Formats: sequence, C-alpha cells, structure tokens
Amino acid sequence: MSSKVKDASIPTIPFRARLSRWFGRNLLRIYMIFGFTYLFIPVAYTFAFSFNDSGKSNLIWKGFTLGNWQNPCGAPQICNALGNSIKIGLLATTFATILGTMIAFAIGRYQFKGRSSSNLLIFLPMATPEIVLGASLLSLFLVFKINPGFWPTVIAHVMFCISFVVVTVKARIASLDPRLEQAAMDLYANELETFRRVTLPLVAPGIAGAALLAFSLSFDDFIITNFNSGTLITFPKFVYVAAARGIPAQANVIGSSMFFLALAIVIAGQIVNRRKAR
Amino acid sequence: MSITLPKVRVPYLLLFPGFAFLFTFFILPIINLAQTSTQTPISGGDTGQYEQTLAFSNYVNAFIDNREQFARSFVYATLATIFALAIAYPLAYAIAFKSGKFKNILLVLVVAPFFTSFLLRTIAWKQILGEEGFLVPTLRNLHILGQQTTITSTAVAVVAGMTYNFLPFMTLPLYASLERIDPRTIEASGDLYANGITTFRRVTMPLSLPGVVAGTLLTFIPAAGDYVNASILGSPNTKMIGNVIESRYFKIVDYPTAAALSFTLMAAILILVTLYIRKAGTEELV
Repeated sequence: MSSKVKDASIPTIPFRARLSRWFGRNLLRIYMIFGFTYLFIPVAYTFAFSFNDSGKSNLIWKGFTLGNWQNPCGAPQICNALGNSIKIGLLATTFATILGTMIAFAIGRYQFKGRSSSNLLIFLPMATPEIVLGASLLSLFLVFKINPGFWPTVIAHVMFCISFVVVTVKARIASLDPRLEQAAMDLYANELETFRRVTLPLVAPGIAGAALLAFSLSFDDFIITNFNSGTLITFPKFVYVAAARGIPAQANVIGSSMFFLALAIVIAGQIVNRRKAR
Repeated sequence: MSITLPKVRVPYLLLFPGFAFLFTFFILPIINLAQTSTQTPISGGDTGQYEQTLAFSNYVNAFIDNREQFARSFVYATLATIFALAIAYPLAYAIAFKSGKFKNILLVLVVAPFFTSFLLRTIAWKQILGEEGFLVPTLRNLHILGQQTTITSTAVAVVAGMTYNFLPFMTLPLYASLERIDPRTIEASGDLYANGITTFRRVTMPLSLPGVVAGTLLTFIPAAGDYVNASILGSPNTKMIGNVIESRYFKIVDYPTAAALSFTLMAAILILVTLYIRKAGTEELV
C-alpha cells in the first residue's frame, strides 16, 4: 500500500530535483567508492602485473603467465631479502611490543612524577623525520665502530616501533571500564590475579593490534633501514635497488601475497573477536 | 597483598627497560648528531674523517646552499597534508557514521594497501602515470594534456605520491576521533533546530579536532622528511631536503653537513608542530 503511494508520488517530482536529492543522500557513499578506488589502484596494478610474462623488466604488459607465482624466488636475491625482512620484522615486533606495552601500562594506569615528560619522550621519535632517526643512529654506530647490518637494523626498528606500540596499547587501556577490575577485586582476586585474568585479556586485542602495526611498519620500512643495514638486503631495499633497472615480476608476487596474508590475518582476528563477543 | 613492592615504584620499573632503550638509541644518537654537525674535515685526512671545531657556520652554509630544497620540502608536505585531509575526512566520516555493519571491513580496507610494500605502490603509480602507461597517451589524445606534457617527473606527481602514501596515517586518527563522538550530541544539535551544516560546523567538527591534529601531524612530519617519493616520482627539479641529506651521507660522505641539515629539519618541524598544537589547543596528543 505504502509503496504504491510512493510510486505514485515520484513522477510529480521533476527528474532534476530527484537526481540532486539522490546525490545529496548518496554523496558520501559515492565519495567512499572513489576514495577506496584511489587507495586500491596501485594495489590492483601490482597484483595484475604479477601475472605478466615480463622477463626482466616488468614495465609493459607482455602476456599472462602463472610462472611468477609458481617460482616466486626466481629473481636473484629476492627470497633472501624477503627472509631478512621477515626475521627483522619478527624480532623488532617482539621487543617493541614487550617494551612498549610496559610503558603503556605505566603511563595509562599510574599517576607519577614525570608522567608528562614520559609522554613527551614517546611523542618525540614520532615527531622526528625518519631520515633524521636513521642518520643519527648510523652516526652513533659508526662512533662505536659497530658495522651496520642485521642487528643494528633490528635495534633501529625496535626504536621507531616502540612509540606506535605505546600509543596503540594506551588507547586500549584508556577505553577499559574500570568497574570490571573493581568487580574482580570485590570478588577477592588480588592485584596480580586481577591483572592476569581480567586486565590482560581485555587489553590483549590492543596488544595484538600494536604488534601487527609494528610488524607492518618494520617490514615496510625503507629509509631507516637504508641507513643502518649496510650490505644486508631487505625486501624494500631490494625493490628500491631493482627499480633502477626494472623490477622483476616476482616482487609483485611477494607484495600481493603480503597483502592477502595481512588481509586474512585481520579478518581472522575479527572473526575470533566476534565469536568471543558472543 | 602478596606484592611487597612499594606501589610508587611500579610505574618506574615498567618504564625503565623501554626508556633505557630509547635513551641509548634515540636520545644519544641525537646528541651525537648535534656534535657531528659542528665538525670540519681534518686537514690532510681521508674523506669521511672529521674533527670537532665547533663550526656553527656549517648550519649557515648548509641552509643557504639548500634553502630551495628546504622550502620545497615544507611546501610539498603542507600541500600533501591538505590534500590528504580533504580526501580522508569524508572517508573517515562515512566509515564512522554511514557504513553500518561494514564498518570493520572498511576500516581494514583503509589499512590494507599498506601491506603491499609502499615502494611497490609508488613505483606502480610511476608506471600508471608514466609514458608507457595508458593514462598519459589517452589524455593527450583527448587534448586534456599537451603533447609534450608529462605527469611523472613533476611536482604534481611528487605531491600526489606523498598524499597517497600517507593517507592511512590521516584516515585512522580521524576515524578514531569521529567514532568516539556520542551520536546523541548530534541528535541534540538537530533537536535545537541546527541544520546539517551548522551541526557539522559547531558540533562534529570541533569534536573531531584531536583527530585532525593527530592526522595532520602524522602526515606532515614524515612527508617533510621524505625523499622516496621525490626520487621515484620526481626529477632533479623536485629534490627535497631528504634527498640532499641522503646524498650527503652516502654519496659525498659529508657527515657534518648532513647532520646540520638533519638538525635544522628537526628543529623546524618541532617549532612548527609546537605552534600548531598551541593554535589547535589540544594538549592530549597521542
């Protein structure tokens, strides 16, 4: 009945007014589609060109092949670079997550002297351009006659990841309902037990998110790595160096795989969260 | 109860390992950088050997020689920040208020391009916008672009690349602050006969300001020090201060000038950031 009334009323509104009203209502939605298209154009391009039968330089489309996906290590050094990036990423993530979470709890849960300067110390590395962080750390290593390489790179990554971990975990701690912990205490749980059985599980998604962020920052870092890694090749360094003479399609395979892997991890995390919420 | 530690010590014990690390690998290097910045070459020494002479003239020389690149860095970074804000704000707004049950998926999609290496994405842009791509020939055939005009190797490409690469850094804090807004405040504004625009201007926008501040900082700071976009998408005419520091370090092995430039860049950014935060009036930043 009501739909009939609606149908009858539409022709009375001029087409132009209807069009502008439709746009007004859907403007944000249209905008969102454009925004996401913009974000994904280079990703789609990278994915498409991972199937290019390109030979050495992956510039022009030459034909479809699955060869690059069947042989992702086909380009010299590429899997070595990928392995280094993963190792550095895992180590840096572990250390940065532990150190950063401790700091986040201190700042998020306690009032103490020097709290605001602690906040400042966390903010400063984020306010320093990467090139300054990388260059200054390299100078320090050179003073102490430490050769750039694997461990200096790990140290550099831990250093710039800590702040991001602190900020992420702190936000999660701030959003906790303090009544949950009070309830645990009311039920005669001591401080340690409350922390272990109530606080930590509640903060855990924040810590997991922070770790994922740290890993992605570390894995994708080029500028700081370039300063502190010496002759060690990481995946971004491989891409940067290869860019001069043409990037092998295998790099597109690895880039695309990382994208789908990360997407799968995040979606799996979402599903686990939703199950738990039930 | 079973813990016998005096409570006041707990935060300091939690802070200690992380801060010791940051002190050694962040503060000390910065101090060391300050020292390097006033050194001069040892006369008769090899390249790369320097001694401390407190040559503050390094700063003057470094700045005068590279003032163009400095100016460019700040102009490009400002433009990229403005464009990123213009693109990200409606996007974050739509995700926070108009996406319903798709909210989490859309949020993931904002971050997802991150995971394809940012170098690969920048190079993809170079190829899409380059001579061999289909876009430039098409635009030329349609006479939108002159026959000789290119997109890559221009300032436009560099700014566009930076805007693209730092977009998630802008979108996430914006989303976080918009999402926290209690929808009842917006309803209340409507109940008080404010129209959509007034509500946005007087309620939504001010409440999202912390997100705007955080997002613009997280975009502007890395953009000002970036050299990757300029070296992949630009030309020698679009060199930024990051390019100069990088080549001073690796190609010319002129550590003092590189250090003086780094320090000037950092100081300029810190001053701008402080002024900006004062102006925006948000204390709780991160």
